[in-house]
Amino acid sequence: MDFEDTAEEAAFRAQATAWLSANAKPRGKKSADDMAEMENGAAAEMAASRAWQKKKAEAGYARITWPKGQGGMGGTPMQSIIFGQTESKFDVPSGGPFAIGLGMCIPTLMAYGNEEAKKRYVVPAVQGDEIWCQLFSEPAGGSDVAGLRTRAEKKGDEWVINGQKIWTTGAQFSDYGILLTRTDPNVPKHKGLTMFYIDMHDPAVEVRPIKQASGGSGFNEVFFTDLRVKDSQRLGEVGQGWQVALTTLMHERLAVGGGTGSGLDVKELMALARTLELEDGPAIKNASVRERIADWYVRSAGLKYTTYRTMTALSRGQQPGPEASIAKIVVASKLQDLAAFGMELEGEAGSLKGEDAPAHGAFQMGWMSSPGLRIAGGTDEILRNIIAERVLGLPPDVRVDKDMPFNKMPTGR
Amino acid sequence: MNFDFSDDQKMLKDQARKFLAEKCTTKTVRKVFESTAGHDAALWKQVAEMGWTGTAIPENYGGLGLGYLELCVVAEELGRALAPVPFASTVYLFAEAVLAAGSEEQKQKYLPKIASGELIGTFARAEGPGAVIPKSIRTTFKGGKLSGKKIAVTDGIDAQVAVVLARSSDEVGERGLSLAIVDLKGAGVKRRAEDSIDPSRKNAELTFDNASAEALGKPGEAWGNTSRVLDRAAIMTAFEQIGGADVCLAMAKDYALTRYAFGRQIGSYQAIKHKLADMYVYNELARSNAYYGAWALHTNARELPLAAAAARVSATQAFDYAAKENTQTHGGIGFTWEVDCHLFYKRSRQLGLGLGPQRTWKDKLVTELELSNAA
Repeated sequence: MDFEDTAEEAAFRAQATAWLSANAKPRGKKSADDMAEMENGAAAEMAASRAWQKKKAEAGYARITWPKGQGGMGGTPMQSIIFGQTESKFDVPSGGPFAIGLGMCIPTLMAYGNEEAKKRYVVPAVQGDEIWCQLFSEPAGGSDVAGLRTRAEKKGDEWVINGQKIWTTGAQFSDYGILLTRTDPNVPKHKGLTMFYIDMHDPAVEVRPIKQASGGSGFNEVFFTDLRVKDSQRLGEVGQGWQVALTTLMHERLAVGGGTGSGLDVKELMALARTLELEDGPAIKNASVRERIADWYVRSAGLKYTTYRTMTALSRGQQPGPEASIAKIVVASKLQDLAAFGMELEGEAGSLKGEDAPAHGAFQMGWMSSPGLRIAGGTDEILRNIIAERVLGLPPDVRVDKDMPFNKMPTGR
Repeated sequence: MNFDFSDDQKMLKDQARKFLAEKCTTKTVRKVFESTAGHDAALWKQVAEMGWTGTAIPENYGGLGLGYLELCVVAEELGRALAPVPFASTVYLFAEAVLAAGSEEQKQKYLPKIASGELIGTFARAEGPGAVIPKSIRTTFKGGKLSGKKIAVTDGIDAQVAVVLARSSDEVGERGLSLAIVDLKGAGVKRRAEDSIDPSRKNAELTFDNASAEALGKPGEAWGNTSRVLDRAAIMTAFEQIGGADVCLAMAKDYALTRYAFGRQIGSYQAIKHKLADMYVYNELARSNAYYGAWALHTNARELPLAAAAARVSATQAFDYAAKENTQTHGGIGFTWEVDCHLFYKRSRQLGLGLGPQRTWKDKLVTELELSNAA
């Protein structure tokens, strides 16, 4: 048992370090972007991100496990992790705008798109020239994605699409999207869905940013008014949309599983506790503060070493176990509780924010973003269902709408 | 990255599981649980014959000299089986104390007998309710004689020898403390079996009245040595705890699949599913923290005290949660003597308190974090 690279891994790490050293500057003091607060896509930042993405794609580092000539080098998942670790030590533009497209949309296109589509879209996406978004969630279908209502109707060789999506990350700067629609409301909900890819610049597509509770606007509403889509833009068979969506969501879990969320953690809480006085002396000496620090530390450390276990399986060429599925449940609620506790220690000053608040408002920011983190990419509740059903093998929920035609289903409003 | 046990270690674990599945069912556990016996002597003999007591004892002291990773995988299986044997007291505590602080002569005297299974040992610290701190130690060790009283000494009835934390001088705090090894069959030692929450791991009260004892380590170093031994024991115990916690999850799952209420399996209700998902999350976090502890033991890493505290806290939380929610998942039947839930519920507390409560370990964890931040 050790934390060392194998000889091959060490060689790859050296190769990645050499390439990064030649192409980027080592990271200074700036901390990593907060994943919970999605980018607004300022023009300059986006240009820098695209340029960096292109450079990586040309060298095969953009999607290491993908084939050569498609932005990849036919490498292993472990090499992909090693490159990510190494890249995080350099001051490089965010790859955030491409994460959804390359992590979920393009793999779906690769699995279900025709040869022509693959030829046309894969390389521009991996080079950062074209950005993709995922159009699944709707006002009437969040956790219950298959309850969506956006309607696609066949008219000749085209489909006409009307409806609305919501919580669409990055829609405001996306060029294309994969869109899950209802093509047959007369059959049970999972059976009447069909997947398409669409052009986000079509005038029949309207993107409206959502102002989030945290103040940021990473998410959008997207409206479709008589959007006309060619039948060749269909991914999978008519009525097979749910199976196609599961492919996408499987990739989503792989992508999100490794995320650790905000940088606010035990270290920051301890730094805060060292500066504050409570009724009985320094906060860091207070027994209740120390108990909480320890509780959160064992969660953070537990996740870190769980990631190491997953990496070990990959390093040995094995399939990782299901333990990686615990990360987001643990991270999101820890962030919420730890941030709230930090504000509690700050006392009345805890109700301030930004530069007026202690620690530059880091605890307030974490507290404000954490509700979103507990919901996005699968709510805590859905993730618990997934662990219970897929990992532990417990029976699925009783679904009263399972065999009922979609248009006969009771709805709230 | 190689943060997992090797194939050989996994094979050892597999063997241990098969062996214990045959030799140590919960019927075996209940036999000790429901009698005055301190342990299952036949099982203990077989455990020693397998070489497990000498797993990490060097070969020149009669052990297998395998190492701590091997000991950790055995510990997990003993924890799964709730093995009613004095393994932890003898191997994680007594042997570790001798290895940490013993003279060459003491190592020669005790370690081969532990490896062969002839000797049962334990470690006596607490003298009353509340935290074990230097000023709570009133037992004296002066001129080779031990006097005083220790409580809640696990395996204190069956052990032949004990390491005792005692006061050897009037110097305040930890500097006045010493460790002594006492022959529990010798003159001046009285033992009383104490009523214990987990009678498959029984505790005893030990009273010393001028009992002859030999010093273990230098005077003044006792507190540090005790702390080092407890750290190491905490990591191995964490493996017992995750073994137990995994069984609780499996029991709860099996019951949730077979028990029907309101016309369907109770495992189809989210109230039950989410509880079991949380058990899984706690267990996996605990397992990962314990693996880090195992690495620290194996390499004798500088980070060992922090790794031990994290493994201890995480595993205690996981086993506590799994044991109580397993009982809850079973409903009324889970609160009966016949169903095994209570064996795990009781063992989870015994293991969670035996090396000191979570409170103590959490405080220690943060102290270690403060030290590592300062470094």
